[in-house]
Amino acid sequence: MVFDLLDRLFNRNKEASRSVAKDRLKMILAVDRTDISPQTVDAMRKEILAVIAKYFEVEDGEQFDVSLERDGSSTAVIANIPIRRIKKAGS
Amino acid sequence: MSGKVIVITSGKGGVGKTTSSANLGMALASRGKSVVLVDADFGLRNLDLLLGLENRVVYTILDVLSGECRMEQALVRDKRQPGLALLPAAQTRDKSAITPEQMQEITNRLAESFNYVLVDCPAGIEQGFRNAIAGAESAIVVTTPEVSAVRDADRVIGLLEAAGLREPRLVLNRYRPQMVQANDMMSVDDVLEILAVKLLGVVPEDEQVIVTTNRGEPIVLMASPPPAGQAYLNIARRLEGEDVPLMDLKAPVNNGFMARIRALFSGR
Repeated sequence: MVFDLLDRLFNRNKEASRSVAKDRLKMILAVDRTDISPQTVDAMRKEILAVIAKYFEVEDGEQFDVSLERDGSSTAVIANIPIRRIKKAGS
Repeated sequence: MSGKVIVITSGKGGVGKTTSSANLGMALASRGKSVVLVDADFGLRNLDLLLGLENRVVYTILDVLSGECRMEQALVRDKRQPGLALLPAAQTRDKSAITPEQMQEITNRLAESFNYVLVDCPAGIEQGFRNAIAGAESAIVVTTPEVSAVRDADRVIGLLEAAGLREPRLVLNRYRPQMVQANDMMSVDDVLEILAVKLLGVVPEDEQVIVTTNRGEPIVLMASPPPAGQAYLNIARRLEGEDVPLMDLKAPVNNGFMARIRALFSGR
């Protein structure tokens, strides 16, 4: 109870659950509606990364994510891939 | 007469589909329309219970189909609202006991003698769902502002559209304006943005719904219905083509310092 109270007092800048719900729904519905398997998304993710890695030095590991997002009647593939720098030609 | 056949569906169970069916049927009947509620939830029928008609059920849809009784014998007429009738589902059989073609035959026959044929669909998207939508010309989707209910509603909307039931209309149930104001619940606009459907109405969460359900008397029957009952009466008017604005759902403004402290300690 006390911790709950402290949490409420000091955690004011935590993202509102309302927008979390909305964002999570948009994401999952985009996947539901396209009927695409998680394996396919994962394969696509790896291939996109491979292409990007040809031209940029990318952060290694799981720093990037590829997702589907639905807005109104259109679906978009959103890729967020942090890069370090452009690869020099021939390097 | 050629009445409107409307299916009331949701995908997810427990969002208030049957409660909405009972109240909309009662509300339309109170406006002088003849209404028949068809319970399509074979094996888990509850519409009779919500309407308080459970002790008067003698025959079911199956008896009508098998020729065991005439349609008129199976219909349970409501004594409080003479315009309302119930066609009960079979409780002892499961959802495969009837085919979509048979359901269509039933709703077509009912549409000849009623203004509205409201079909209460079972939860899920299997056989029972396909049966319930078979004879419908339009659909009402009931959901609540929760992630699981909205996800399931989206799936159902897709299936309805694939079955030719274009432009289903949404009833957003169990809405809690205070939680929305505190950014702890998705708003009407949030849900509409996600589902991209037309809104038919918003029903606020109301403890009175539980009380009236206990008694088998739909909330719209109350002498001066609370907001949830008023919401169903408004939805009935919109179904009739009237342009009724949404009720003011804003919670009373109570942002004083003491009110905030109280809210903090009551954990709300």
